[in-house]
Amino acid sequence: MISFLFYVFSALALASAVMVVTRKNPVSSALFLVMTFFCLAGIYVLMDAFFLAVVQVAVYAGAIMVLFLFVIMMLNLSPDELPAFMNRKIKWAAAALAIVLTGSLLFLDVSRRLPASPGGELSGEVGALGELIFGKFLLPFELTAVLLLMAIVAAVIMARREL
Amino acid sequence: MVNLNAAIIVALLLFGIGTLGFLVRRNAIVVFMSVELMLNAVNLLLVTFSRIRVDLDGQVMAFFVMAVAAAEAAVGLAIIIAVFRKMRNIDLDKASLLRS
Repeated sequence: MISFLFYVFSALALASAVMVVTRKNPVSSALFLVMTFFCLAGIYVLMDAFFLAVVQVAVYAGAIMVLFLFVIMMLNLSPDELPAFMNRKIKWAAAALAIVLTGSLLFLDVSRRLPASPGGELSGEVGALGELIFGKFLLPFELTAVLLLMAIVAAVIMARREL
Repeated sequence: MVNLNAAIIVALLLFGIGTLGFLVRRNAIVVFMSVELMLNAVNLLLVTFSRIRVDLDGQVMAFFVMAVAAAEAAVGLAIIIAVFRKMRNIDLDKASLLRS
């Protein structure tokens, strides 16, 4: 059952990722992106990363997507005002580049090169992750707070009326 | 039990789709969404590796990636708004003010 659900979520995530890239209207791109995020949250749950699944929905599908939709609707561009894709030559060259890159990554066959799994159970619950974040990773966590403060200040300054 | 090798392949494909969108699209906002797709692919890979190694560190790493992605989205969208104010569109081919 878990395996079946994993394939369903993966297929949905990949299909909606393709839709994000191919839709001309940015609003439909954004809504398909929400779909991808939800499917990834589902995969996290299947992998027992419960806390990350919650954060994925709250931060990505919630905060970041609201920001995206807000900007799209504030700029209020009509889809035909903006050419969606690069011109033909660049488009095919870029597509070939992306496919070669992905193909070589797949060809590398990462899973074969990994050290053998020690085996055992892992549960990414809030308590276990919290102990790591507030223990071993306390300094990076505090630095993240500083980074977010910097981002707030930068965003306010960038979006002011006169730059 | 999730097939972890399949999860690695899904993450790589997701990253490839993100790369494709980043290179092919002209709308700055959609290019930004492609970057988010790539970040999500990396997160999926981190969670998969954490699962393989039975070590929670990978999930903490993914958590930090999400925090950085939130900061990056805020700053990036502010830049897009600033570019729009200056040029009245967000076509990446037309954003060439630094060239002259």
